[in-house]
Amino acid sequence: MEFNIIGIGILTWITFLPVVGMVLVLLLPKESKDAIRWTALAATALQVVLAIALYARFDRTLAGINTEAGMQFVEKATWIDIQSVAWFGRVHIEYFLGIDGLSVVMVLLTALVSFIATISSWTITKSLKGYFALFLLLDTGMMGVFVALDFFLFYVFWEVMLLPMYFLIGVWGGPRREYAAIKFFLYTLLGSVLMLLAMIALYFSTNVYIDPAGVVYSVAEAAKSGVQGLEKIHTFNIIAMMDPGNMVPGSLLAGWETSWRYLAYGALFIGFAIKVPLFPFHTWLPDAHVEAPTPISVILAGVLLKMGTYGMLRISFPVFPDAMRHFSWELALLGVISMIYGALVAMAQSDFKKLIAYSSVSHMGIVVLGMASMNTQGMMGAVFQMFNHGTITAMLFLIVGVIYDRAHTRGIDEFGGLMNKMPRYAAVMSIAFFAALGLPGLSGFISEAFSLLGAFQTFQTLTMIGAVTLVLTAGYMLWVLQRVFLGTLPEKWQGLTDMNGRETFMLATLAVIVIFLGIYPSPVLDLMNVSVSSLAGLLDQAGAVGIMGAQ
Amino acid sequence: MTERLLHDLALMLPEAALTATVLVALIADLIFRRSTVIVPALVLIGFAAAGALVLGQAHVSEGIFSGMLAVDPFAWYFKLVILLSAIIIVVFSLGFTELNTGGRKVGEYYALLAALTLGIMLMAGASNVLMMYLAIELSSLTSYILSGYTREAPDSSEASLKYVIYGAVSSGLMLYGISILYGLTNTLGFAEINAALPAVLEKGTTATLALIMSGVLIMAGLGYKISAVPFHFWAPDVYEGAPITITAFLSVASKAGGFALMIRFFKVTFIDSSALPALAGVWAILPGFDWREAVAVLSVLTMTIGNLVAIWQNNLKRLLAYSSIAHAGYMLMGLVVLTNEGLAAILLYFVIYLFMNMGAFYVVMLIANKTGSEDIEEYRGLGSRAPFMTVALAIFLVSLTGLPPTAGFIGKLYLFAALINSGWVWLAIVGALNSVIALYYYVRVIRNMFLRSGEQESSPLALGRLEGAVVLVLLVPTLLLGLYFTPLAELAQASVKIFGTP
Repeated sequence: MEFNIIGIGILTWITFLPVVGMVLVLLLPKESKDAIRWTALAATALQVVLAIALYARFDRTLAGINTEAGMQFVEKATWIDIQSVAWFGRVHIEYFLGIDGLSVVMVLLTALVSFIATISSWTITKSLKGYFALFLLLDTGMMGVFVALDFFLFYVFWEVMLLPMYFLIGVWGGPRREYAAIKFFLYTLLGSVLMLLAMIALYFSTNVYIDPAGVVYSVAEAAKSGVQGLEKIHTFNIIAMMDPGNMVPGSLLAGWETSWRYLAYGALFIGFAIKVPLFPFHTWLPDAHVEAPTPISVILAGVLLKMGTYGMLRISFPVFPDAMRHFSWELALLGVISMIYGALVAMAQSDFKKLIAYSSVSHMGIVVLGMASMNTQGMMGAVFQMFNHGTITAMLFLIVGVIYDRAHTRGIDEFGGLMNKMPRYAAVMSIAFFAALGLPGLSGFISEAFSLLGAFQTFQTLTMIGAVTLVLTAGYMLWVLQRVFLGTLPEKWQGLTDMNGRETFMLATLAVIVIFLGIYPSPVLDLMNVSVSSLAGLLDQAGAVGIMGAQ
Repeated sequence: MTERLLHDLALMLPEAALTATVLVALIADLIFRRSTVIVPALVLIGFAAAGALVLGQAHVSEGIFSGMLAVDPFAWYFKLVILLSAIIIVVFSLGFTELNTGGRKVGEYYALLAALTLGIMLMAGASNVLMMYLAIELSSLTSYILSGYTREAPDSSEASLKYVIYGAVSSGLMLYGISILYGLTNTLGFAEINAALPAVLEKGTTATLALIMSGVLIMAGLGYKISAVPFHFWAPDVYEGAPITITAFLSVASKAGGFALMIRFFKVTFIDSSALPALAGVWAILPGFDWREAVAVLSVLTMTIGNLVAIWQNNLKRLLAYSSIAHAGYMLMGLVVLTNEGLAAILLYFVIYLFMNMGAFYVVMLIANKTGSEDIEEYRGLGSRAPFMTVALAIFLVSLTGLPPTAGFIGKLYLFAALINSGWVWLAIVGALNSVIALYYYVRVIRNMFLRSGEQESSPLALGRLEGAVVLVLLVPTLLLGLYFTPLAELAQASVKIFGTP
């Protein structure tokens, strides 16, 4: 399916609109602050419009995952083409975008959260121009990761995001911003260089054929097609990497359940797990969250963390199904540890923002547990949880931002009795907290239930242990509500005002989505149903191959 | 005979043009004593002419003067890199305050620069151990003087002296190695030595041992030139003490010459040309000693020590010196695999390194011109005082780290790809982890520029239009090559052809 606007594909538009916005922002004079803000808002708002268009046109019956035909809104163009020499083959890298049920959910989430975060950025005053330029560049990096189907392109987008994030935390952050920013940078780079090596190894282990016109065939297709003049090339195409038939015999990652494959899977895993962040790679997250300004926390929790789990679903699992199956219990274990550990540490926090940060670790643990289950239900729960966590945590960080803007403190114990003073605030905060603790009727419940039910079928003991988290989460979330809203209002907070229109708009938008999806989740579940089943089928099939291989 | 000589001379024209440039510069310096522009202009013309002459030799591949020098695509590529950096350095020097103040005679400086360039050019083509030694000496002697050129600058003369001592020792070692090699093979040409080696290896262990020793000694001499650990001790002091233009030149062009010579010496001398997997681009090495392991260790030491020590530096020039040591380590990884692919990766890396490293040095020089300091702490708050320069410096540093979408990433990608394709996964992992370490100290500079604010003074630093243009000329390729590197990669792949090898 194609969808072009003035000859350029919609995915290119949705990815690079923020860059257009960035250029405009850079051209505006430093003094016209409102113009800069509105330009950024326009760029992200247009992104939302495009995302809605994508949603409307998206074909819910196509699976994608490991077939190119199942990908939608595909855009393909030759980017790098280096002719072969006697001792080195042709290098052919494609600008290859496309989405399926997995990515469309993330594209919607990215557009939505970026839009909300732009509104939330209205209160930023320090060098506004630089802020929005970097913010929009970050937006492009995130969106690009979710639409790229060529590993090289994916990697470029993945890394493009690092530097803006470093500055956004480092320049506009809190008192320990320098430490938090460099920690984030170093951790992520460590993960991504390992990913780079795995990517190169995959490149040399994958073969496809290219005809003189530049059309690429998989090995199986090439055998059938009978086209003359085919040239053998390596490829960064993620979909081609998923087909074991394309593996070069004797290459590093050829074969099944070999130690090299486990090693490459491990390298990719570390790269993605740092981003999730999965215990024990999580220590950068609380620092980054606490120091980052509110809108950046929203982006960080709402979108950035999802890139890790998305990367696993998009690349690690279908490319290394054997390794994934082999280590699925360990993956689930790390998920459960993150869940419980995150919840316990969150319970001990008195800093509002740190508490939310650790609750993120806990909630992303549920995503990982659901993914590790390898069945449709669990993975569907995981992807849906990614979306819900994006909206709910965005709300939570906005809520922290609202109170911090007024009181300039994030100490939970310093508040009390705010219920009557800030009724609107109390309403949205209750919705967000109840959604986060998984109250039925709100979106978090459905995704958590799906994840755990799916996981229970595969890992019974682990899931039962993990389910304790739900109690812990309910515990600390309710405790926070109690400390902030009930009791008597301290003298010094008599002057607090309720949320203004801008804040209400942001939070209400998200609250509506959270409630709506809690009652009627189909709009999102339908998008990904076919794709997730297909991914589960692929993993099942891999298991069957493994058993056959063993015999 | 005469015809042959004339033919060879014609192929020597670029070097001849440089020699003429040196002489003209010296004479012009005598005539136009007061002008600071005429000599550099003449030298620029000389470099450009030499460059044009080199460009005309694109597809030549032969040995000239009885195999003393080789004119081949490999040398061609390096000569272009060297001349390009020489031209850039002349432009840098024109705007270099430390050099152009205090009534110093600058004519000599440019003449010496041209002589240094000539020496390095000869290194790129030398294919005879005697020629190798002479080329190294020519470039070393001129760089000794140049690194002490602004004598009154603190550390400049100390740097120069250190350089002389280390240089003398390592060229002594190398000469010793050469003499052993000559004793074993009775010949001096790379190709002739190669032909004589199988007979030497048959003689038994003593001869093999002597051969290994001579190889190691020659490696020491070459390792000094590319500042590989453990022959690197001179580099930080010299890089810090020398005028920054010379530092930049040494870290790029001199290193290029060293690498060219090292690769050629290795590939022509120690390759087993009777085994012919050469079509696949794999170089078979003569039995006796596993050079790959030795170079791998050298490479790991060079990048790791370069990076670890760089973390502790507070002087930006010195930091860049250690970073350039680390980059030599990265490039050595390309030699480890002993394949054409690795060699192409080195060639590619050099052009990218030229732009990003020169760019970093240039911005540091511009800032030092204005603030008089290269101390990293003095960079606090510069982001708001000189936004263009600091953003450019940040991009150069990010490229040196090797993050996309800058060119530095492509350089690293090719190196890692060559390693992984030949099964050197552990070395690739070490290299990758090293770029994480490198990030830490490069980002320290970025942090001071943008994340911290300066003490009190906050007047903006003015940037001349010409200076801005030069920064831009270096910045554009640094970004562009990261997104579109097809022509450069094709050029590098075409330039791995070394004369005298299959």
